[in-house]
Amino acid sequence: MYKFLQHVINGLSAGTIYALVALGYTMVYGVLKLINFAHGDVMMVGVYVGYAVAFLLGRETATTVPGALLVFAVAMSACAALGFLIERFAYRPLREKPRLTSLITAIGISFALSYGFQLDWAVQDWTILPGAAARRFPQIIEPKEWLVLGDSDVIIWNWQVISFGVAVGLMTLLQLLVFKTKFGKAMRAVSHDHRVAGLLGIPVDRVIAGTFMLGSALAAGAGILYAVKDKSVQPLMGMFVGLKAFVAAVIGGIGNLPGAVVGALLLGLCEEFVVGYTASSWRDAVAFGFLIAVLLVRPAGLFGKFQPEKV
Amino acid sequence: MAELVRLGERASRPALLAVQDLKVSYGAIAALKGVSLSLGQGEVVALIGANGAGKTSTLRAVSGMLKPKAGTITLKGERIDSQPSHALVAKGLAHAPEGRGIFPNLTVQENLDLGAYLRNDKAGIAQDLEKSFTLFPRLKERQHMPAGTLSGGEQQMLAIARALMSRPSLLLLDEPSLGLAPQVTQTIFRILRDVNAGGMSILLVEQNAHLALDLAHWAYVLETGEVVMEGTGQALLGSPEIRKAYLGE
Ligand SMILES: Nc1ncnc2c1ncn2[C@@H]1O[C@H](COP(=O)(O)OP(=O)(O)O)[C@@H](O)[C@H]1O
Ligand SMILES: [Mg+2]
Repeated sequence: MYKFLQHVINGLSAGTIYALVALGYTMVYGVLKLINFAHGDVMMVGVYVGYAVAFLLGRETATTVPGALLVFAVAMSACAALGFLIERFAYRPLREKPRLTSLITAIGISFALSYGFQLDWAVQDWTILPGAAARRFPQIIEPKEWLVLGDSDVIIWNWQVISFGVAVGLMTLLQLLVFKTKFGKAMRAVSHDHRVAGLLGIPVDRVIAGTFMLGSALAAGAGILYAVKDKSVQPLMGMFVGLKAFVAAVIGGIGNLPGAVVGALLLGLCEEFVVGYTASSWRDAVAFGFLIAVLLVRPAGLFGKFQPEKV
Repeated sequence: MAELVRLGERASRPALLAVQDLKVSYGAIAALKGVSLSLGQGEVVALIGANGAGKTSTLRAVSGMLKPKAGTITLKGERIDSQPSHALVAKGLAHAPEGRGIFPNLTVQENLDLGAYLRNDKAGIAQDLEKSFTLFPRLKERQHMPAGTLSGGEQQMLAIARALMSRPSLLLLDEPSLGLAPQVTQTIFRILRDVNAGGMSILLVEQNAHLALDLAHWAYVLETGEVVMEGTGQALLGSPEIRKAYLGE
């Protein structure tokens, strides 16, 4: 029973991180009908930015609350800017071209970022810059046991609680933004039909750019939480985490915001149980097996409406 | 090019919209082959014609949904072709598009709010919302329902009410009667007449030529991307050619 509880906690902790990334995939899909394959790599860039900030602050400062907040704020802003640039210069010129063109472009950006960051940019000991080797991610949240049940049977760490809190907080902000603000209303209008949205005076380009910035900032936040959990950062993490989050978004029904969150939590739990009760090498196979099982029963995902469509 | 027939005298009004030699293509298909038309302030102008004649394409070009291949479009003396849709709303244009274009997942209220997207006068918006509900009481009853749950007639009412929320000086309407019961259509046309009496200019595309010509001060007949006839609504209603081709006689 204790073991089960521990897995639920770990699964939810991973799931909320996937959820933040999955929301970015699903929001961008909503407004552009594009799978932004570079999304995970944008997240990875954000983690490196956070890494550099923490490095510059030094261990003493980075572990304080203002220090940790600064790491998040700079990383999220940098990713918002990167998301803006990618949309503006890579996707916008292709918007009226066949969908496949943007898709290939997205894959290209993904490779450019994940392999670009593997190049050794600097002398070996200047580790603030990325490189092929994984870097130790500084512990901006100093690990402490938050709650211990039984004879150390269940341990909830402070970073798990903080990570959960940050993720839920960001999702709540997003929910308010999408459903309570004018920008959110415009975003929902653009996702349904950007031509009609334009007819009402909604600046469609700006709404799409804003959506990219928002999704990228959330991804940076998620990436840092992931790096804190993993204690490391490396250039391919975007592909791994991004792929999982994409699977989560598809399980929930791509384009559907609550769906992305539910899909991510289910995926996080599913992976954790597989790792806990079988062998960790089964983890990815089960994640994709779960995806296939859901799509067989509900081709548009748990919350999606089925519309036959070519990619 | 076909000979342009002109019936009746047009009352002179200050110009609001002028379209000159407009050409629009979809890939290799030429949809408009040089359409010219004009609309004066306070005027209802109807565009009638068979399916595929180019009526919708004309409205789309005027509201910036399509880039014209050639020709000019002028609103209040300013060239507007090549400007994006959202910029034209700020200049007083509202377009209730073919197929209504309501947002089914958003509530009726949210759809109407979006119609006032560019406005910041809260009090004025609230006032106009009440006005919409007076014009279309059904919308008030459904105010907080997702717009997708409305009947076809109610959705059309919502599309018109939403377009009016920007306080346009020119309203473009594409087939407001499509798929509606005759009574609902009557209601909508009565409201359009009232709205026009309040000073709003309307460019109306309509399959139901009888209704359109009855309402319009001036009308153009489109045939395969060209204007073949124009005249006052009443004169066209009386024309044997029109009666035969478009009024089913
Ligand atoms: N999106 C489109 N793609 C290709 N051809 C189109 C498209 N829309 C309209 N057309 C063609 O353009 C011509 C004019 O169409 P349209 O403006 O919709 O006419 P109407 O509104 O009078 O029925 C038709 O031949 C139609 O087939
Ligand atoms: Mg049409």
